[in-house]
Amino acid sequence: MKKQKRPVGKAFMILSIVFFYLPIFFVVLFSFNSSKSLTTFKGFSLQWYEKLFKNRDMMESLWTTVLVAVIATVVSTVTGTMAAIGLSRSRKLVRDLTLQVNDFPVMNPEIVTAIGLMLFFITFGIERGLLTMILAHIAFCIPYVILSVMPKIRTMDPNLIDAAMDLGCTPWQALTKVVVPDIKPGIVSGALIAFTMSFDDFVISYFVTGPGVKNLSIMVYSMTKRINPTVNAVSTLVVVFITIALVIINIVPVIRERKLKKEKERTKI
Amino acid sequence: MLLLPVLLLVFYAFTNSGNGLISFRFTLQHFAKFFTDPDFVSVLGRSLGIAVKTTILCVLLGYPVAYFIAGSDERTRNVLVLAITLPMWINMLVRTYAWIGILSKGGFVSKIIGLFGKPDVEILYTEAAVLIGMVYNFLPFMILEINTSLCKMDRALLEAGNDLGANAVQRFTRITLPLSIPGVVSGISLVFLPAVSSFFIPKLLGGAQYFLIGNIIENQFITVGEWNFGSAISMIMALIMMGSMYLVRRFEKVVSGGKEDRR
Repeated sequence: MKKQKRPVGKAFMILSIVFFYLPIFFVVLFSFNSSKSLTTFKGFSLQWYEKLFKNRDMMESLWTTVLVAVIATVVSTVTGTMAAIGLSRSRKLVRDLTLQVNDFPVMNPEIVTAIGLMLFFITFGIERGLLTMILAHIAFCIPYVILSVMPKIRTMDPNLIDAAMDLGCTPWQALTKVVVPDIKPGIVSGALIAFTMSFDDFVISYFVTGPGVKNLSIMVYSMTKRINPTVNAVSTLVVVFITIALVIINIVPVIRERKLKKEKERTKI
Repeated sequence: MLLLPVLLLVFYAFTNSGNGLISFRFTLQHFAKFFTDPDFVSVLGRSLGIAVKTTILCVLLGYPVAYFIAGSDERTRNVLVLAITLPMWINMLVRTYAWIGILSKGGFVSKIIGLFGKPDVEILYTEAAVLIGMVYNFLPFMILEINTSLCKMDRALLEAGNDLGANAVQRFTRITLPLSIPGVVSGISLVFLPAVSSFFIPKLLGGAQYFLIGNIIENQFITVGEWNFGSAISMIMALIMMGSMYLVRRFEKVVSGGKEDRR
């Protein structure tokens, strides 16, 4: 496309950026408000943060969120990767069918998946609570892991495994030394997706949890029924945490690339 | 683990009585109950209506933005895409909650409207608020989808169009727009589906009076405890969604197929 000034496009762009960031800005701003109002800023104070850290339920929900996300990520990444590897070696019919089923929770509205899981736990008499939340999170994360690992396996040279075994690897060694390193980018991105899906999840957790077990989203949901600036404080913490994580994820590869370039230049000299 | 919950849902939708697998009766009464009650049907209509409005707004707002991003040089493009994805990483509930303060009486938006001489407009707890919340949450998906399809487009086509004497408007309507239709379609599915079923956006921004189909389902399960009826509603909703997605896909095929015929 020719370089041209595009005032209309630019206006839309700026407006949408404002639209996306304005609410976040307000959440952060009002978390430091000294009054309870969400509309007028009276003065600076840290009282909502103080209340937040004193709130036992809130801290517990933070802990639940992290715990569930970590367990769900680890388990779903491992099982999802194994399932993807297994599927790549099974018959076409089996593979296609399984992938169809795999698409179910991805395509379905979240609330339907949530209700399905809830009915599942009720029917089999599993008491709802932390355990069911973890199980549900594992269940809805696995499809995303499979979806992100599968393409990497497809592009892998199948002869590599045979070559490894010919050279004396046991099947286990072939798996850990050849297959896994080769599809590592897929596994890593799958794990990342799983973690953020689990960390952010509200709908599914809300339906499968039991009394007293809350993750952050459920906590926010139950607190927003009346005005409560502690929600702003905890939201600000989430914003800060996510921003730091994203900056690290986005900047580390850039720095690494630069280092590699420098080293290459050095070796050239 | 993936299939069983869905099967159970269908099972519950067609059966009656209790939560046991032992005693049940097949029935269609839940479906009948839904469609004979004008309240439920009107809520369904309202949910579909607001989802359609959200989708149209997202296309209208998202297309120019995506077009702008796709037209920028690569560096700016990456920064802009990152800028749009960044808020998506923050919890949806938190982002929706943020709008309560902005839209409520005496909040930012009502102050701005106040500058034009209309004092104290309350937008919170109206349909407009729900619409804003939905567009806010789902617009990034639309922008990203359209942007991807625009970036995949071969720039040489535009030059060819130019050489063959097409002006800017013709280049857009004859080349860019048809080629970006797949992006628009997948954007629509990413916006429309969650918009129909969303239940916390209307609850937070629409207030207690503003009910959508998602809220009814939530109510049936959490408050009333009518699992069979709730399952039936979810099934109706899922079927409507699948049907509408099928129609959209067909529409896409007709549009792109028509183009091929002309050649």
